[in-house]
Amino acid sequence: MSPTPTQTEDDVAVIAKRWKDKRGSLIMALHALQDRYGYVPREAAMNLGEQMNVPLARIYEVLTFYNYFRLKSPGKHVVSVCMGTACYLKGAPQLLSQASDALGIAPGETSEDGEYHLQVVRCVGCCGLAPVATVNGELLAKVTGESLAAHLPSPSVSNDGKA
Amino acid sequence: MTDKIQATINNLPVEVPAGATILDAARQVSVRIPTLCKHPDLDATAACGICIVRIKGSNKMLRACCTPLEPDMDITTEDPEIIQVRRTVVEMILSRHPNECLTCGRNQNCELQTIAADFGLREICLDSIVPDLPIDESTHAITLDPRKCITCGRCIQVCQQIQDVWALTFLQRGIDTRIAAAGDISLADSPCVRCGQCSAHCPTGAIVEYDETQEVWDKLLDPDAFCVAQLAPAVRVAIGEAFGFPVGTNLTGKTYAALRRMGFDAVFDTNFGADLTIMEEAHEFVQRFSDPDAVLPLITTCCPSWVDFMEKFHDDMIPHFSSCKSPQAMVGALAKTYYAEKMGLDPAKIYVVSVMPCTAKKFEIIRSKEMRSSGFQDVDTSLTTRELARMIKQSGINFKALAEEQPDHMLGAYTGAGTIFGATGGVMEAALRTSHFLLTGENPERLDFQKTRGLDGVKEGTAIIAGHEIRFAVAHGLGNVETVLTRVREARDAGTEPPYHFIEVMACPGGCVGGGGQPYGVTDKLRAKRAAGLYQDDQAGLWRCSHENPYIQKLYADFLGQPGGEKSEHLLHTSYRTRKTYRR
Repeated sequence: MSPTPTQTEDDVAVIAKRWKDKRGSLIMALHALQDRYGYVPREAAMNLGEQMNVPLARIYEVLTFYNYFRLKSPGKHVVSVCMGTACYLKGAPQLLSQASDALGIAPGETSEDGEYHLQVVRCVGCCGLAPVATVNGELLAKVTGESLAAHLPSPSVSNDGKA
Repeated sequence: MTDKIQATINNLPVEVPAGATILDAARQVSVRIPTLCKHPDLDATAACGICIVRIKGSNKMLRACCTPLEPDMDITTEDPEIIQVRRTVVEMILSRHPNECLTCGRNQNCELQTIAADFGLREICLDSIVPDLPIDESTHAITLDPRKCITCGRCIQVCQQIQDVWALTFLQRGIDTRIAAAGDISLADSPCVRCGQCSAHCPTGAIVEYDETQEVWDKLLDPDAFCVAQLAPAVRVAIGEAFGFPVGTNLTGKTYAALRRMGFDAVFDTNFGADLTIMEEAHEFVQRFSDPDAVLPLITTCCPSWVDFMEKFHDDMIPHFSSCKSPQAMVGALAKTYYAEKMGLDPAKIYVVSVMPCTAKKFEIIRSKEMRSSGFQDVDTSLTTRELARMIKQSGINFKALAEEQPDHMLGAYTGAGTIFGATGGVMEAALRTSHFLLTGENPERLDFQKTRGLDGVKEGTAIIAGHEIRFAVAHGLGNVETVLTRVREARDAGTEPPYHFIEVMACPGGCVGGGGQPYGVTDKLRAKRAAGLYQDDQAGLWRCSHENPYIQKLYADFLGQPGGEKSEHLLHTSYRTRKTYRR
């Protein structure tokens, strides 16, 4: 969910204050922003630049250089498929394409309704359970297309009770 | 370590100061090392990889632009393997560059094209992977085509370090690296002040001026339009470079002639507008100087990029800004009022084209409601020097053979004070000459104020006029402005006497002679030569002070009344406002 402008201002003020006078700390401040929202909202980046006295040009150089940073809201439910060596050998590529078909989005994309985000990760550190995927951080071991689909949370229900 | 380093390049002995790079040393002994990213104005970034050389007997290739020469190095710059590697680098660059030379703004004037030609490439052995990126014309002053970018980084260094604007940036990394406006927005929404220094430093056609030559041709074809042109000070000493004249040759008379051949009904000179600016600005200065409560220093406003920069980043300086419009805007306003009236022309049919060394002038003509003071848009189209040179070439005019002509004097006669507007410090010098006259009733004994001249980034000095000490500062290159403004702010905040009475700022290094719309290949050497051409014109002139211009005197007598009078206020002055840095 996109943060409200007031929320952003408060959050950014705290982050900027912490990192402002420490040389070379822009990247830490941006990490803090992403930790807070799951991505770096544009408004927040502009705000941060103003408060840390860093031009927006420099901020986006950093944000787009490191692919860790996300510039768009990642979606409510994050589905990660591991493509580490062990998972790869155990069929991760097929798993990824099944997940992609099931969600209707390519790896790295967020569904239009903002519900799902599909991404590739490299090794989550439990190769013995390969192939591995995570859904919102919850680990699924020896996963198949079917078991992954079964673990996908259903789309959220909006306030008026309609899906 | 000694101060001098001795070494050998291609068997030639060379001696350079410690710290000099291999590239510097090679140039000193006329050894040519090709490069696409190193520009004399800028620091080496080792981006392109073409300037490789090696120490004899070593396999390791060094980048000449960023490797300091060491004592007794024995460098070779041209063995077959080096040439092979360089050729591969050029091929790699070309593999992601669109093959559009024939319709490119830099055709026959492109550093990449020249290198490709030098290597005699007949085919590119690599698959073409030209990125599919949109062209950004949002500023209507410069055109950014990121597909043609070779990621040398020159424009970014100019924009961020020299100009302190931070509008341009690299986004992403590796093969995906691309040039874009800050934060991946449109250039018009970025902090860009349209100075065009990026285009003046780009080695390819990735950044060029926004071309409006066709619009002008269309008007010249229109039988109902009365087309008039005005020529900026700095254009006359630079346009010759496009036609093979030595740098700095003053071609005022030939340019007037060319404009008439192309179909302009009248040819004015922006130098006349510069004289008029001085009349108004010196008047404003003397008024403020004589009033103990007035805001000082007064800051010049002829440069639209500087005005834009100030409105975006230094809006606390608005009270210091001279309300005078720039010379181009003044000539535009008068062409559609004074000239129209005198000549019995319908101002609605007058089409004013300004030829400027500048890309930001394309924005200035629409920057505020005061730019329509005649009841119409005062200047309709602003062309750069490069665009005019192209139009002259298109028309087939033999520029070299043209006989010199005179301008239409009503808005075309000028003094030496007007012509030096094109060099950094020129406005200050011209204003001091007329301020002297206004304060004492006489011209200064020495008309040359040497301290305003030259290419130092910030020039400070004092002029003694009628026993008063007038402290001035001249800054050029927007990155140099901060120094001057900081001193002003410190004095203001401390409540002490301001450090200066009068400040001139020009956005481009060297002033307008180094403008973003001037012919390519600018360096300090060229800037100095172009400026020298203007100072010669000043020396040779019949009149050297703006108030001596008889056509200016006539303008006030017949039409305007007094400097700062009601009519002048309406036609020749403007206002400023805060602009948001990032619009979305």
